[in-house]
Amino acid sequence: MRDARALAAALADPVSVLAFSSDDWTSLLAIARAERLDGSLAFRLADLPLPPVVLRALEDARAQAEFGQTQALWEVEMARRVLAPIGIAPILLKGSAFAFARLPAGIGRLVGDLDILVPRDRIDDAEAALLAAGFEWVKNDDYTQLYYRRWMHELPPLVHRERGSMIDVHHTILPPTARRTPDAAALIGDSIEIAPSLRILSPPDMIIHAVAHLLADGDLAGGLRNLWDIDRLLRLFAASADFWKALERRAALHEMREPLGLALRLADRIFATPVEPRLAGYDRMRDGLFVRRLLARDGWGRPTRPINRLGFYVRSHWMRMPPLMLARHLWIKARAT
Amino acid sequence: MHEIKLRVGTISYRVASPWLAPVAALRRLYAGYPAPEDGIATVTARIGPPARWRRWIRPQVGIEGDHSLPDTVPMALRHALLAAEMAMNMQVALGERRHLLLHASAVERGGKALIMPGESGSGKSTLAALLGEAGWRLMADEFVMIDLASGMALPFPRAISLKNSAIAEMVGRIADPGRFGPQLSATPKGELRHLRPNADAISRMDEPAVPALILFPSFGFEAASEGVSRSELFMRLTEGSTNYVALGLPGFEALLRLAQSVPSARFAYPDSDSGIAIVEQFCAEAGI
Repeated sequence: MRDARALAAALADPVSVLAFSSDDWTSLLAIARAERLDGSLAFRLADLPLPPVVLRALEDARAQAEFGQTQALWEVEMARRVLAPIGIAPILLKGSAFAFARLPAGIGRLVGDLDILVPRDRIDDAEAALLAAGFEWVKNDDYTQLYYRRWMHELPPLVHRERGSMIDVHHTILPPTARRTPDAAALIGDSIEIAPSLRILSPPDMIIHAVAHLLADGDLAGGLRNLWDIDRLLRLFAASADFWKALERRAALHEMREPLGLALRLADRIFATPVEPRLAGYDRMRDGLFVRRLLARDGWGRPTRPINRLGFYVRSHWMRMPPLMLARHLWIKARAT
Repeated sequence: MHEIKLRVGTISYRVASPWLAPVAALRRLYAGYPAPEDGIATVTARIGPPARWRRWIRPQVGIEGDHSLPDTVPMALRHALLAAEMAMNMQVALGERRHLLLHASAVERGGKALIMPGESGSGKSTLAALLGEAGWRLMADEFVMIDLASGMALPFPRAISLKNSAIAEMVGRIADPGRFGPQLSATPKGELRHLRPNADAISRMDEPAVPALILFPSFGFEAASEGVSRSELFMRLTEGSTNYVALGLPGFEALLRLAQSVPSARFAYPDSDSGIAIVEQFCAEAGI
């Protein structure tokens, strides 16, 4: 396999694997593990008549994903116990939200750190409560603290002293220095209570956040996984009336109209996700670069297309802060190492 | 990429390398091992240059695969066989979810398994290699797999890594030079040479055994032995297991059953012959 297209096809259309040769299977498993989509793949292929060795490998991936979700839900509960008594109902983001709300995007999904969103005027209270509950800074040098507090959309990462689990506390979904400024108050205002003192984003905002995470904040590392989230969410949400209209309104509000269009086109091209054509817009020349980056993985699980990857790495910094600020940041980081 | 596919116990490997020589060395070392079931390797271990130019200029070998650790130190190309072996081990250590892993060697006699956990340098590999040539069947030299449902020990008879003085010890005892890999000098682990388990160990790699005795060896001391309490045994086995936590409740239950039902002791030994004698004495008492 030359790239990860077979993995994308297997996720979107599971019967495509029935024609696989033994070498195809080996490559698919290696690519899925490298993209950390093996758990999602295992659930998608669950009902197919597959070779017994493949079934066993997929069963292991399922067990691993389920164990990860149990741990993730426990971390949610731990955060709730810290924040509820001081009147903060955190909004769960990404994997933890999908797992807690039992959304299709959570099935088999790897859940990394716990990401939560809290109102900006309560973030100091949340920080103090988490520190008192046993969390501590991963990095505690002056520059890291200053960098996050002045320019980032989240506190510096916290790790729990005993459990070793990490929590990222956000006050919005993109760095304040970035070109686009989502409306954090609107994200919080439209969020939904899912359990006592726990909230998730509204469906359109959940899509906007997934798009921001994929296209407006980072170098597309793990991009295929993030695009798969978008596919799963869209297929569910699009069933409700007026969803696309609401999504268009929220995209405009959060200054995310253009990245949303790109994400919809990419989901359509890679996972054949049904999307609203008017929102998706016309294919552009540069869409192909994104597709090539998202699928840049060979049959041995190795990253490929180094120049394309480098381009997206540079782009991620370029989007995140203005050039002079970026130069200063890189200079300080380079001197520190 | 050059590749070799082989099965070791329950693990069906594909081992890949951009250089031919390490794969050729693996082919010789693993001659006689079965192919993966249905021809499908489900675990990929890789070695490769940590940067592109390192393939050609002052070549270096990084340890990679389906699962990898961020801070593994690359090695010189002449140690590529060791790197490939470590990549194969790493896939099991980080990826295995079907069985409980014990960091231990194991040998079998009469359907009963003697399990020897231990750190590097404890002599667990050497003792297993010695016993494997002296009436026992070698089951594993690095990882013993415990079946979560049945509690049985499953074989994982990889090539044995012999280090330093153990190399001459085994060369003196095994007539067939074809079972040895090339001598690797000045590796991060010292002098190193791999040994293919004998034909019995390979042909019976699917035959499990009942865990019957757990012995903790330490090499290089005056002969001595003492019992190991059940609570200490439990703790030591968790310390040496890379997937105990990830297995959750079934892992805990399997480990608890082992610690409650299998007798255990530790012993020190100054040389091979006294090591074998102490093991045999323990085994006679345990009825193995």
